[in-house]
Amino acid sequence: MRFVDEYRNKELIMAVAEKLKTVSKREIVLMEVCGGHTMAIQRFGLHALLPPTVKLISGPGCPVCVSSQHFIDKAMALSRLEDVIITTYGDLIRVPGSTTSLEKERANGSDIRIIYSVLEALEIAKNNPGKRIVFLGIGFETTAPATAAAIVQAKKAHLTNFFVLSAHKVMPPVMKALVEEGVTLHGFLAPGHVSAITGTSIYNDLASVYGLGVVVAGFEPADMMQAVLMLVEQIEAGTPMVEVQYQRVVQLEGNKMAQQVLQEVFELRDDQWRGLGNIPLSGLKIKNAYASFDAEWEFEVMVPESSEPKGCICGLILRGLKTPLDCPLFGKKCTPVDPVGACMVSGEGTCATYYKYRV
Amino acid sequence: MCLAIPAKVISVEGVSAVVSIEDVEYTASLLLLPDVEPGDFIMLHAGFAIEKVDPEEAALTMQLLLDMEKHRPEFN
Amino acid sequence: MKETKIMLGHGSGGKMMHDLIEGLFLKHFSNPILREQTDAAILSTESAEIAFTTDSFVIDPIFFPGGNIGKLAVCGTVNDLAVSGAVPLYLSVSMIIEEGFPLEDLEKIVISLAEEAKKAEVLIVTGDTKVVNKGKCDKLFINTAGIGRISKVDNQIAKARNILPGDLVLINGTIGDHGMAIMNVRESFHFRSTVESDCASLNGLIREVVEQYPVKFMRDPTRGGVATVLNELATKTGFGIELDETTLPVLKGVKAMCELLGFDPLQVANEGKVLLVVAESDAKRVLETMKMNELGANSTIIGRVVSEHPGRVVLKNETGGRRIIDSLTGDQLPRIC
Repeated sequence: MRFVDEYRNKELIMAVAEKLKTVSKREIVLMEVCGGHTMAIQRFGLHALLPPTVKLISGPGCPVCVSSQHFIDKAMALSRLEDVIITTYGDLIRVPGSTTSLEKERANGSDIRIIYSVLEALEIAKNNPGKRIVFLGIGFETTAPATAAAIVQAKKAHLTNFFVLSAHKVMPPVMKALVEEGVTLHGFLAPGHVSAITGTSIYNDLASVYGLGVVVAGFEPADMMQAVLMLVEQIEAGTPMVEVQYQRVVQLEGNKMAQQVLQEVFELRDDQWRGLGNIPLSGLKIKNAYASFDAEWEFEVMVPESSEPKGCICGLILRGLKTPLDCPLFGKKCTPVDPVGACMVSGEGTCATYYKYRV
Repeated sequence: MCLAIPAKVISVEGVSAVVSIEDVEYTASLLLLPDVEPGDFIMLHAGFAIEKVDPEEAALTMQLLLDMEKHRPEFN
Repeated sequence: MKETKIMLGHGSGGKMMHDLIEGLFLKHFSNPILREQTDAAILSTESAEIAFTTDSFVIDPIFFPGGNIGKLAVCGTVNDLAVSGAVPLYLSVSMIIEEGFPLEDLEKIVISLAEEAKKAEVLIVTGDTKVVNKGKCDKLFINTAGIGRISKVDNQIAKARNILPGDLVLINGTIGDHGMAIMNVRESFHFRSTVESDCASLNGLIREVVEQYPVKFMRDPTRGGVATVLNELATKTGFGIELDETTLPVLKGVKAMCELLGFDPLQVANEGKVLLVVAESDAKRVLETMKMNELGANSTIIGRVVSEHPGRVVLKNETGGRRIIDSLTGDQLPRIC
């Protein structure tokens, strides 16, 4: 596959790893905040290639994992309504809510459909005029524009039975929150596809105010190693800044069209991040102009008090303070077959990837 | 949820484009990226083209990596 | 038969069913044993050892690139017998049909079933037909049970008794084709690919190998893929298994779909593949023999049995790193066989 295979070349990756060893002197901690990066690190065994001076930890990059228990429970409650068809991306299907999961509700007869593109939900709405179609909007700035575009299309088509339950979130506030909380960090590997949409100025404060290096990284192993090298070089030179490794996809100003559509449909609100609590202005809420597509307006469902699963340290893991290996439930009570917390269910979750790729 | 993957634009019809990854074809939405032409490469994410892949930048990145490979200290 | 759709009457045991059996099933499955139409078929075989297996097919969709539920119903059961070391001889075919199912489609499936049975050199000797109310089953479910003849030597193959570190794992071609072919035609995903199901009866290929070489283990990697079979083998033997990503045979289209959807080809279903374990000294010649058969043209070595990491399957990936390959957990691809 073009633009993929060449960045998996073993010789190139080893070359970067070796250069890293010669350049890295100080002990530093870097964090990646993207489920795609978490997976890539584990899949390609990148930890083994880093010098002992560089510690790379995983932060809250998995959109499924950080969706609050309350959101999941609300989705379950909606799924039980007779006339509702739930449409969702794949991973949400097995995430455990307080008492059940979408997969279990589907077994009980709820109409829950996995889709690849939110536009399929529009099709389903058009084909099922007697039903109300609810799309579960999870994801960061890479995915939220697609939801926004779908809502705009829904308005154009005068659809009255398409709704979005938004749990969309944005990255920069949580990155700042982690730093302000005192997590020891010297730099961030910034998410390549989020940045393709937003552009790179969203990270400026991290460098100028907090003195952290930020390198926007691609997802192939050579990309990530090169990004780590760039971060190390910045930190060694004492010149933290925002740089782009993923030049073939990321433009400094991002995708203006996608940004426009996002701003047209969504506005910022305070939001609950599982394990991290409330983070101001970190969530995306549908604007009033499009309220007729907002599931929160359309549906009034009573959701029982949400409870976090007992013993689950997802929150600490999402903050990068602990790893799955520190969790007493990991691999024993909590496995991909029988997950306790969201970090184990989502394919991108830190615990799921640790489990899948442990050697 | 899936990562974005590079795909080649085969044809464009209004706000959609037929793209292909190896021999798998998909009709992607161009609502977020209207200006594409057959032959372009785009990143496909959740059914949408979200950004173009710039072959010149890709070549530059590749060159940096190749240079590092050339200057590897000889390891036994 | 004048009807174009299956009606409840076709399953009731009366004239309608009689007409269906004569006009459709007997027409295509015909052989002297079946023509007897007794409740149980009386079969003779040369040896006293019999292998017996059964499988039900509920695949959705029933027509897919590379085959249909009828072809699959034969391949699945024939292969189960063949990988156990048996020579498949006789099949039963039991159908549960939804009221309203088009006769034209049923005929296509029956013809495929008959053709595949002929290719596999097995006789369909007994069967059953039931029709259920609309909505009580999804179009068509088929169960096939199979009987084969097995020698005392060959019946050790399934038990994986003599496997040692150094033995090699072989496969007769590309992995993940069937599962991804099915994904393609699922209406929700809208991907279009030329990937076809690999479903095929492997008894001919397997016989050619088993007759000439000591095969230590065989299994067909269906649901759960190669990963699940190899994990079971590693657990059974207490040894580790090492795979090399760079030598895994995967079609480009399958690889692309797996990247797109986040699947591991090692966990995707196959319906025309057999995994074999042979001694290193035999591997080269076994491969040559396999390659001479049309269904083994892309045969290759994919791994080896090792004494490290007992009970675990480990993949050396293309970037030099290593990762554990687990069995499939949960439902990756619902109802694919």
